[in-house]
Amino acid sequence: MSRTAGKGDVAALIFGVALMLIMPMLISTYTLTVLVIYGMLGLSLGLIWGFGGILCFGQAAFFGLGAYTYAVAAINIGESTLPMLLSILVPALFAALLGAMMFCGRLTDVYLGVITLVVTLILFKFTNSTAGPQYKIGEARLGGFNGIPGFHTLNVPGQPNAYIWGEPLYYVCAVALLVVFFFVTWLLRTPFGRIAVGIRENETRVSLMGYDVRARKTALFAIGAGIAGLAVGLFANWAEIVTPGLFSLGQSAEIIIWCIVGGLGTRFGPILGAAGLAYLKFMLGQQTMVDNTLITGIILVMFVLFLPKGIVPAVTSLWTVSFAKRTPKGRRHRSSARRRGGAHG
Amino acid sequence: MDLSFVILVEILYGIASLALISAGLAVVFGMMKVINLAHGEFMMMGGYATITAVNLGVNVFVAMLIVAPLVVGLIGLVVERLVIRHLYGRLVDTMLATWGLSLFFVGSVTMIFGNTTTSITTPIKGFSVGNYQINGYNFFIIFITICLLAGIYVLLKTTRAGLIARGTMQRSDIAAALGYSPDRIYMATFFFGSALSGLAGAVLAPLVGLVPTSGGIYIAKAFITVIAGGPSLIAGLISSAGLFGLVNQVFTFAISPVIGEVALLVAAVILLRLLPQGVTARFFKGKM
Repeated sequence: MSRTAGKGDVAALIFGVALMLIMPMLISTYTLTVLVIYGMLGLSLGLIWGFGGILCFGQAAFFGLGAYTYAVAAINIGESTLPMLLSILVPALFAALLGAMMFCGRLTDVYLGVITLVVTLILFKFTNSTAGPQYKIGEARLGGFNGIPGFHTLNVPGQPNAYIWGEPLYYVCAVALLVVFFFVTWLLRTPFGRIAVGIRENETRVSLMGYDVRARKTALFAIGAGIAGLAVGLFANWAEIVTPGLFSLGQSAEIIIWCIVGGLGTRFGPILGAAGLAYLKFMLGQQTMVDNTLITGIILVMFVLFLPKGIVPAVTSLWTVSFAKRTPKGRRHRSSARRRGGAHG
Repeated sequence: MDLSFVILVEILYGIASLALISAGLAVVFGMMKVINLAHGEFMMMGGYATITAVNLGVNVFVAMLIVAPLVVGLIGLVVERLVIRHLYGRLVDTMLATWGLSLFFVGSVTMIFGNTTTSITTPIKGFSVGNYQINGYNFFIIFITICLLAGIYVLLKTTRAGLIARGTMQRSDIAAALGYSPDRIYMATFFFGSALSGLAGAVLAPLVGLVPTSGGIYIAKAFITVIAGGPSLIAGLISSAGLFGLVNQVFTFAISPVIGEVALLVAAVILLRLLPQGVTARFFKGKM
């Protein structure tokens, strides 16, 4: 586990770029864009849950908050560079405040989940009730249930009239996902990332070593929210409307399901889970035989019962069992690889 | 004078409905430590069971108080045998599996009943106090809730079955050593909890237009109430439902229903931050 970029990273980069170029031949870029964005959103929860051990029910809160930030800022400013930055910063700041409040109270698992859930609900109820002209920030009316349509979409920085949409938007999103992926990879190799994993494994022990667990968890939480914010900035540009539905319980649930199905504690798993399940949902939406939600539900139950670790760890362990050399050295390597996060994707 | 009476009834109704929707979850989550995210869907199915039974010509009170709990209890039994049984002690996994179940139920009900609103009329007429009109059904809900809480208290505290159930939840290995089957007891308790959810959904059904996704409105409130209540079942339910119901209704009357809801949620966040183990971990210790 060297700390510098190794062979695995080069392979992952080549694989990622190849995938980015090949996929448009199989699926239309319009659909693909949203799959990539969901992948990034999945990764944001995968980071804080899979590596930080913080089960957040409210990832949709950051998603929605980022979307509204982008829409309001874009309407008021009239170009997209600053709003994109704001859509990353505002959720990150909000998460830092919320995290500081929760982690300083030493809340854990269920209680953490419930508070994040409740915060999502508060935002959902509030944005839903903001119909009417009195609710506006600057020029932007919040629009209640109908959301905010018609804001300025992504443009080339410095040229407000050079819009990026369609195929170029897909490439922007895909490159952004690659950047975020390698950012997460780098982050997990820094001392900060390693201690975050240590906190997941045994919080008491890490705090007895003299690390400030609360501050570190808060920082990781904020980084996760920032990634979700970046994802939703792009999502707002793809959808060209933001609605309170972004804050809904279903949205939060989906993000958690992606992580579980893809595999917790891996970087590639949540991306795969998100893109795969979103595509499955898209395909199921085209038929009317069986209700979409019903199948999503069955998939989730089946995964919890039969494959609780998710696809990527299962495939990785199958791979190591079948092909790895059975030497003590190899075994040590395998176990450390699994702990670090397994997949080389 | 009339207004204060109306407000008093509304506050009591707010408290009672919170306690009612949380009772089933208090058993399943508070006692059994299964995070049942399908709780709202159990309530929704209770509502549908009632409406279907009424449409088939069953008396509305029979449908509500007998048919719905039985139907939902049986569904709960099947779910426990097929899914939940394998997941006891794995808190996060129960949560994810029941989330899957809730989606499954929403999907199934959508396929059976369609994605349209169904409802029945309230079986009790309203009456007026001075210049104000009060919904008579509110009194029924308050009455049912009091009976229900008293019933659970008596069942758990005074009967042998309740004693065995409570003992098994605390130390299932000791219960097994004493000759009871924890598997059966868990099954029966889950049946009881699901039936309570079904009853709550049925009793509240005439007040709301029922759609397959209506479970979602209950689930968050129920969880907040149960978790804020803490380890004691009845005392916890009463204290947290009392607090949240009061906050909700006061803000609803003072400002607006939306602010009332938001105030409830904010109160929950503050309360959990101050008393992370729930109200009854600090006060009323050791009570039922």
